Amino acid sequence: MLLGPALGLSAILFSLGVAGVLLRRNAIILFMCIELMLNAVNLTFVALAQLYGASGQIMVFFVMTVAAAEAAVGLAIILAIFRHKQSVDLQNINLLRG
Amino acid sequence: MTQTVFYVFAAFAVVSAALCILQRNAVSAALWLVSTMFSLAAIYVLLDAQFIAAIQVLVYAGAVMVLFLFVIMLLNLGQASSDMRGASSVAATVVIVGLLAIELFALWRYTPRRLASEISQAPAFADPATVFAAGQLAQQDAAARGVVGGLAAPLFQIYLVPFEITSILLLAAIVGAVVLAKRNA
Repeated sequence: MLLGPALGLSAILFSLGVAGVLLRRNAIILFMCIELMLNAVNLTFVALAQLYGASGQIMVFFVMTVAAAEAAVGLAIILAIFRHKQSVDLQNINLLRG
Repeated sequence: MTQTVFYVFAAFAVVSAALCILQRNAVSAALWLVSTMFSLAAIYVLLDAQFIAAIQVLVYAGAVMVLFLFVIMLLNLGQASSDMRGASSVAATVVIVGLLAIELFALWRYTPRRLASEISQAPAFADPATVFAAGQLAQQDAAARGVVGGLAAPLFQIYLVPFEITSILLLAAIVGAVVLAKRNA
């Protein structure tokens, strides 16, 4: 049973997602890194579902639904920001900075 | 055999994810993310989650990434200049992510046997088959009713209320996306 290797792979993928969020300034690539982190968590659920039964896989189902909803709303927000600022660079989006 | 296939796809997933966060061009980053998702789908098959693998390809690699590519091309971000943060941010990132990765990567050493002995209350050795009876039952269920049937029964019985709440979430997301994307909202 591939429990340990799958958990290790999900650890690497999650860390890469965090690195992407911290390194990039492009809002869309930031979003893709968040999707990468969600995928890493899904892999953890599936790996542990081998032991704990189908509930883990059903959690993956719900995570995917939330991720799809989040992508739709988030990309709509990015579109609205782009219309306002003509940029998706996070350095130019500082409306809330005091 | 399964081990080898797993490690091939795992290496492919890690390399594609690294290229995804390092690509300057947003379109190539999105395509590398698609490749990560495809290798994860292959890994789900190896982990006995065939239905999840199918919806990973359909929903993630299909629907979500098409949405991303559509927005990237709509905003014409194909040839953006480099958007990496400065050297101090890179150093901080390496430290933070390194610590996080070491911490999480300790999970690498878990086997079902070790997890069972840590979870069970008995001081001595525990048999994974007795501690994780649900996993065994789910496997028999999948063998008897098929992969989708084994997943559909709990989804529409125990998890029926969360499932219905999900539909409300999706409705709210649709309305929110339409309102946000309207030009003169």
